[in-house]
Amino acid sequence: MPIAMPRPDAAVLAGRDRFLAGLAAIVPPERLIADEAGLKVYDCDALTAYRALPLAVVLPETVAEVSRILRLALEQRVKVVPRGAGTGLSGGALPLADGLLMGLARLNRILEIDYANRCVTVQPGVANLAVSQAVAAAGFAYAPDPSSQIACSIGGNVAENSGGVHCLKYGVTANNLLGLELVLMNGDVLRLGGKHLDNDGYDLMGVVTGSEGLLGVVTEATLKIQPRPAAVQALLLGFASLAQAGECVAAIVAEGIVPAGLEMMDKACVAATEAYCQAGYPLDAEALLICELDGPAAEVAELAERVEAIARRCSATTLRRAGSEEERQRFWLGRKSAFPAVGRLSPDYYCIDGTIPRRRLAEVLTRMGRLAEKRGLGVVNVFHAGDGNLHPLILFDAAREGDLARAEALAADILTLCVQVGGVLSGEHGIGVEKRDLMGTMFSEEDLKQQQRLKCAFDPDGLLNPGKVFPVLHRCAELGRMHIHGGKLPFPDLPRF
Amino acid sequence: MERLRPGAPDELARLLAWAAAEGQPLELCAGASKRGFGHAVAARYLVDLGALAGIVEYQPAELLLVAGAATPLAEIETRLAQSGQHLAFEPPDPGPLFGHPPGRATLGGTLAANLSGPRRLRAGAGRDNALGMTLVSGRGEIVRTGGRVVKNVSGYDLVKLVCGSWGTLAVATEIAMKVLPAPERTATALVLGLSPTAAGRAMNAALSSPHEPTAAAHLPPAAARSALASERAVTALRLEGPPAGVAARLDGLAALLADHGPVETLPEADSLALWRQLRDVAPLPGQTATLWRLAVAPAAGGAALEALQAQGGDGFLDWGGALLWCGAAATLATAKAMRALASAHGGLATLVQAPAALKRQVPVFHPQPPLRAALERRVAAGFDPAGILNPGRMTGPGRMTGPDA
Repeated sequence: MPIAMPRPDAAVLAGRDRFLAGLAAIVPPERLIADEAGLKVYDCDALTAYRALPLAVVLPETVAEVSRILRLALEQRVKVVPRGAGTGLSGGALPLADGLLMGLARLNRILEIDYANRCVTVQPGVANLAVSQAVAAAGFAYAPDPSSQIACSIGGNVAENSGGVHCLKYGVTANNLLGLELVLMNGDVLRLGGKHLDNDGYDLMGVVTGSEGLLGVVTEATLKIQPRPAAVQALLLGFASLAQAGECVAAIVAEGIVPAGLEMMDKACVAATEAYCQAGYPLDAEALLICELDGPAAEVAELAERVEAIARRCSATTLRRAGSEEERQRFWLGRKSAFPAVGRLSPDYYCIDGTIPRRRLAEVLTRMGRLAEKRGLGVVNVFHAGDGNLHPLILFDAAREGDLARAEALAADILTLCVQVGGVLSGEHGIGVEKRDLMGTMFSEEDLKQQQRLKCAFDPDGLLNPGKVFPVLHRCAELGRMHIHGGKLPFPDLPRF
Repeated sequence: MERLRPGAPDELARLLAWAAAEGQPLELCAGASKRGFGHAVAARYLVDLGALAGIVEYQPAELLLVAGAATPLAEIETRLAQSGQHLAFEPPDPGPLFGHPPGRATLGGTLAANLSGPRRLRAGAGRDNALGMTLVSGRGEIVRTGGRVVKNVSGYDLVKLVCGSWGTLAVATEIAMKVLPAPERTATALVLGLSPTAAGRAMNAALSSPHEPTAAAHLPPAAARSALASERAVTALRLEGPPAGVAARLDGLAALLADHGPVETLPEADSLALWRQLRDVAPLPGQTATLWRLAVAPAAGGAALEALQAQGGDGFLDWGGALLWCGAAATLATAKAMRALASAHGGLATLVQAPAALKRQVPVFHPQPPLRAALERRVAAGFDPAGILNPGRMTGPGRMTGPDA
């Protein structure tokens, strides 16, 4: 494993039996895993290149158990790694040898469906799709829809601020959260937000969202639900060049249209999905766009015509409007099968995640192709074009000597390119361990220290999910120190009035 | 009070580093439109941020605007309108509430207060529309957070934390905002004569429908008279979008609302004027001595307003019932009643405007439970260890702990 993790604490390893005894006093034996075969199940999340066995696994079922477990861990200085469904792609739930893995899958109840307030309150282990399914009959849905939505948990969605295909119009997790219950490392249980909008005081809920399990353990979330749109339409647009497809994306947005989804696939991805599921995509297109529009039928029809006119102006070579719901589903079939389809193309693939300014799409894809060539690997592209969120899939063969290392090096090249063109390291997968050592390309040492001071307010001993997100760990006492340059500073020379 | 005006971010950083070293408290302001909101700050120096202004970058196709924090909202809105775009969270112009002329509010001040208008229920608050910031912390260090793209999970989202922090954590110098296409058409459906609880039901029906109202408000007779010269209570639902869409939404919504009461529609110009007034809380004319903002569970808004009316008060509902604006007497007893009313309806009460004497007795912001207040103090210490940035602005002279006022 190339990634360096914090050195295991010998005292914690030596005190394992005492810690297990403490846990056994909190949860029954079937929810405490300490044998190697049982631990193996939890040795990685969906970033399978990195694996480690945890000290133990505990599966709490109540917030009181979560609180007691965290307090016990704090007393015995044991690190804790929270884990949802294990579908994370950045290694955020990678275990630590001297750390307790806290699996939250057993906190899996939908606590309340409140149509009068248009919200649902769930425990963190509830799957994303289960929320939409629970309210579908009443005509509602939960908007964020990451592609792992069948499996991924709401707790994990909060940790990674997950997006999905429809966040262009409906926002990411942070924009769809009303309230959280959060347990701090010292066992304190806090309620943030509720069913109302906006709070007095600091927006702790906002900053906990996307904090990758480093600030607290989410034990409950209140989610906004939306009425389903009256009509949905999808267009399939093919282009002879990536530049034209990029232009089309920019033109749609510039014309004041906010599609419900705007997805792009490159030629290699189209070929892979066609071989896999025959969605009927044009094999000659260098780039394929799926543009989904929703709203009242009359509005959808009007917008579809406008998008078609834009696509024609951008020299689209394929221009199809779904004539039926069945055809619309088929347009999506290929896009949704992109990952398994690529899985058949190559023994292994590595899905990465970065966001760039929309206008740099064509340029970034071209430069990415050159970077891949230099590393001797193939890249297939599928991404959320509407918000500039790329998901390049790097093809490699883990059985071949040096291939994984080359894939990792290419991922770093691509993410660095994203930052260079004005984008960011992660759009929705998070930093985790995967992109941790690239944080310096995006942030200065001062920026990162200020972020870690926030961590100190929540977890001053640095026991919750350490080794993730931040390349260099500083002690809170050191971060809190003010450096006064040789005594007093001169009063700055500023205009006074 | 001495006024200092840094000309650039690095000058501001030097000033804050000096103040941190000296333990010298500073009051921060730009447009000063909300200086009367929050507690008074006891400081010898007033830092005028007005020079950190101007639009730095505007990319319509990128839905991105980057501006100095002290850029007036009016300047930003004018520029965006030229490309048919806007700040979707509909930031209010609160100056007139505090006796200032309109047009003074700045981008940074708006986000520091996390203010948003009627479209809050669909477009989110200010904090949902801010993408990235350059900050100067209370340590005098320049810190960047967030980015210039809408999807970003790269480190903690300090932008959200800074929004609504009233300048007590860090001072924003440059802000990247998400902007959106402005609607081509606007229409408003009015249901007349509903009680607040009946209005709550009508608004919930509308907001649960696929017609996507972008704003929903209820004005009891007094507010309706002031805003629309109507003698009857008015429940207003705004629809926006391309022409065909607005017409279809309006038809669908009118059919849906017919069960609730007589429905009328407002022409576009009147519609725009109405929502501007509601945004700026103008339908509470000559409101009594204080102005309160209650954020409650949306379904509880009607009941909260009726409870208020039973106590002799009045106000109006926005955000589909989740926001109750009301005027009230400037007494400690009224303040306690407001806090109790908000708590009973699943929310919180903010004392937006009040005489200084009352604010010395009553916390402006809803008191936090002790565990949360303690965490907030630790968070603040990480940004501003010497407590130099707007000290007391949020917490007032007293402590902010305790279950209620």
